Amino acid sequence: MIQHLVDGILVGSFLSLGAIGLTMAMHILRFANFSHAELLSIGAYCALVFDKVFESLLPVLAEKIGPLSMTGALAISIVLSMAVTGLSAVLIDRFVFQRVRQKGEELSMVFASFGMALIIRNVIGLIFGLSGELYSSDIAFAMVLSRDPMLLVKPDQVFVLIAALVLMVLLHLILSRTTFGFSLRAVAENPNLAQVHGVNLKRMIAAVWIIGGGLGAVAGIFYGLSYQITPVMGRDLVLPIFAATIVGGIGSVYGAVLGGFIVGIASNMALVVLPSGYSPSVPFLMILAVLLVRPNGLFGEARV
Amino acid sequence: MIGVISYLVFFATVAAILGIAVLGLNLQWGNTGLFNGGVVASFGAGAYGTLILGGTPQEGHLGGFELFYPLALLGGMAFSGVLAWVVGKLTLRLRHDYLAIATFGVAVAFENVMRNATSVTGGAQGIRGFERPLRDFLGSGFAYNLVFLIAVVVVLAGVYVFLERLTVSPFGRLLRAIREDETAARSLGKAPDKLRLTAFVTGSVIIGLAGGLYSTFYAFVSPQDVLPILTFQIWAMLIVGGAGNNKGAMAGAFLIWGAWTFSGWALSRFAPIEAQLYTGSIQFVLIGMVIVGMLLWRPQGLFPERLVVSQPGGGSREKTQAEGLT
Repeated sequence: MIQHLVDGILVGSFLSLGAIGLTMAMHILRFANFSHAELLSIGAYCALVFDKVFESLLPVLAEKIGPLSMTGALAISIVLSMAVTGLSAVLIDRFVFQRVRQKGEELSMVFASFGMALIIRNVIGLIFGLSGELYSSDIAFAMVLSRDPMLLVKPDQVFVLIAALVLMVLLHLILSRTTFGFSLRAVAENPNLAQVHGVNLKRMIAAVWIIGGGLGAVAGIFYGLSYQITPVMGRDLVLPIFAATIVGGIGSVYGAVLGGFIVGIASNMALVVLPSGYSPSVPFLMILAVLLVRPNGLFGEARV
Repeated sequence: MIGVISYLVFFATVAAILGIAVLGLNLQWGNTGLFNGGVVASFGAGAYGTLILGGTPQEGHLGGFELFYPLALLGGMAFSGVLAWVVGKLTLRLRHDYLAIATFGVAVAFENVMRNATSVTGGAQGIRGFERPLRDFLGSGFAYNLVFLIAVVVVLAGVYVFLERLTVSPFGRLLRAIREDETAARSLGKAPDKLRLTAFVTGSVIIGLAGGLYSTFYAFVSPQDVLPILTFQIWAMLIVGGAGNNKGAMAGAFLIWGAWTFSGWALSRFAPIEAQLYTGSIQFVLIGMVIVGMLLWRPQGLFPERLVVSQPGGGSREKTQAEGLT
């Protein structure tokens, strides 16, 4: 029981990171982006490539950091992968979503995002193969925190949780303390009014994609550290991440953070009562429950 | 020669069944502007419902009610309608993203439950033991398939006529009105939420009918038949055909199903052995490119919607609008 709770919090940390970017893009561009979870795959595979490159170029970096299975090479790769993934998100928007946006309506965007998800996922499968990959093939031993009740935590998981929380605090500071943060929130509230006040809408949209892609990359890498990297990880993560945004209320960054943890915990706690085969259905049940009780989520506002 | 003809009959049957599903989706998306990310759940509900109600008793899973076939098919359609009603009721009054996400969620959960609830659905093994209607009379050879094809085409034509009538009826006009400008429709005292729910459920029941026919044709259904790719294929059919145009929707079904079957055949025939494992991935990329490419370069589809301008006192004037209606 306690083990499920702790596992749920750890799963929640990367779901939250994925949901933040998704909820921001949904709020500002007003469409449900079903290809968002593919940014997590792009990030995870990018880091895998950079990691291998650095390890072969500079063997010093292949040393492990403390008790973690993470190496210096992977640490640098995370930062680079964030940049590359953010840039890919901007490019995907420029070449596909922006053009569909100008031509059609919101519904076309949703269809286009499904199409993009299908393309990205399968191209990754074609390049890297269909089987799973690991950052480190060594077995990471879990620390026994307590024997009764049995509670096991891997050092990597502790790192993932702390790093995710640090990133969230950073984002909070940027959104609440900087001019850039104010502009971003203004655009989300009312794009026309924000533009009247001299906010560059195009630049803000690009910023949302960079933030979403960057955080998504970290989420993907952390998922890879906890389980393994596969081409279909986006397919498996897209529903939990959407559930997190709905639980938190679409458009609310803080809601997304909380929603991610709630969905992570609930999915793991559900294993206590449900056979594990049903766990992919749990996010959907949560969506239904939230829509029944509080349709606009915890922090969301009603908007048509 | 008979091999080719019997293959064509088989191909046309599946394409026509998918055509029915595309028509159902067209009512939801083309005419009403509703997103259905879970086409496969409606399709699967019809397929599973029909076989469970109409099949012979089997060890290990629910079913074997041996209902008279048309009743079983109606039951499957009703199952599909109930599922759509639940999702629609919860999401249709909210902004459109919710419907998109919830319908997508239904599809994921549906496949998941079909795969795991072994005692109800046969699990990964699927549902067997279904006697195809009129088999004693027609045998199970070419004659049966030909009669089945004719039956499916008749159903397709029936659905087409029904939807065409619906589109020009006051109800169809109302659907387009709320699609184009909900506030205006509301100001005239119409209830958009209720209309949308009716259209969504009707569309899903039609998709469920397609699912029922599909499982009847194979006399078998398993979780492999309700994978998300089916949703994408059916969308691609509608996008290529042109959302809003029923004839285009049917043409899209034959075109895309033809392209899908052909690409599968060509890849298995000409791709090197080591690439065979990846033929699925290549086909998925192609479907994704069809969807995105059409939205980018020809969002109105190959056969754009023909807008009907209704005029008071009878007599309607038709015009084709080329842009901006998908």
